Amino acid sequence: MADYAHPEVLVTTQWVADHAGDPNVRVVEIDVDTKAYDEGHVPGAIAWAWNSQLCDTLRRDILSKEQFEKLNNESGVNNNTTLVLYGDNNNWFAAWAFWQAEIYGHKDVRLMDGGRKKWLLEGRELSTDKPAVKPGSGYRASDADLSVRAFLPQVQEAERSRGAVMIDVRSPQEFSGEILAPPGLPETCQRGGHIPGARNVPWATAANQDGTFKSLDELRQLYGREGADGSKPVIAYCRIGERSSHTWFVLKYLLGYNNVRNYDGSWTEWGNLVGAPVERGAAAAAGQR
Amino acid sequence: MKVEQYSVRHLDVDGWPLDVTSWRLGEMWHAKADNVSPGATLARTTALSKEEAEQKVIARACEMLSRTHRRAS
Repeated sequence: MADYAHPEVLVTTQWVADHAGDPNVRVVEIDVDTKAYDEGHVPGAIAWAWNSQLCDTLRRDILSKEQFEKLNNESGVNNNTTLVLYGDNNNWFAAWAFWQAEIYGHKDVRLMDGGRKKWLLEGRELSTDKPAVKPGSGYRASDADLSVRAFLPQVQEAERSRGAVMIDVRSPQEFSGEILAPPGLPETCQRGGHIPGARNVPWATAANQDGTFKSLDELRQLYGREGADGSKPVIAYCRIGERSSHTWFVLKYLLGYNNVRNYDGSWTEWGNLVGAPVERGAAAAAGQR
Repeated sequence: MKVEQYSVRHLDVDGWPLDVTSWRLGEMWHAKADNVSPGATLARTTALSKEEAEQKVIARACEMLSRTHRRAS
């Protein structure tokens, strides 16, 4: 962990076991499967639901500044709280929450390396008690820092100019166009395939079997062979922007690349656009582009 | 409560990789089946035995995978 560019954004399961009860620490579980928290969670942890508390539920968007402030106030989080996020699927949606916390300038936010999987794997204590939270009112978010977010015009320009390395983090079958959505999820696009020029690095290849992140050298090799070596801007995308926030975290905080954006419009935007160029077929071998 | 007997096994269902994870929590057995990249949960369930929990979750996952439309790419 110490080799990463910013090791301070990760904590171990043991650190969480030792500090979850600290008054200045708020541990939050964010799962893809929103029922997992009720089954048992890190003692003292609260839950955020990705589909109702980490997005605008009317228009398609991330939280507004005011909504982010409200969420933190309701969660008893102040501007100096150490926010520790974890969840299922190797911290998939925990990374989504981390990305939004970065946008709104929360100064101390961290992921529990390995997430819920590692906690369970280690046979650690689980609680079904929901901790009492004393809501606050003084949380102040910064204005949105959109330097970590890609919007459609920026992606279109990058596609035309090849001015950024585009990393598609979906499964190989989604990338090739064989399927329009992961099994079990609704098909939310009109066309299958990928943005021309994109490279396919499935998000979970950045994680070990126990859910922890791979080593610095392994990550450098994994993304470097697809052209993401820090010398050019990178735009990561997936289906709705959550898997790609995991990759965004890896590239920005573990590898330390300066210019990395998450395109949260992702394939549900691009794959529905009238006239947008689409490429189909499996990924070419690294270096053949 | 602590998680006990956590285990993961890998299956192939008509070409789809499937991870089936099960564990005991108190008196109940929990199981889930993952796919996607792999990674996302397709099904989860609880039962009084590991075998029952895994059977239920595999059956549900197979049903969902069989409904996934594959196109020529």
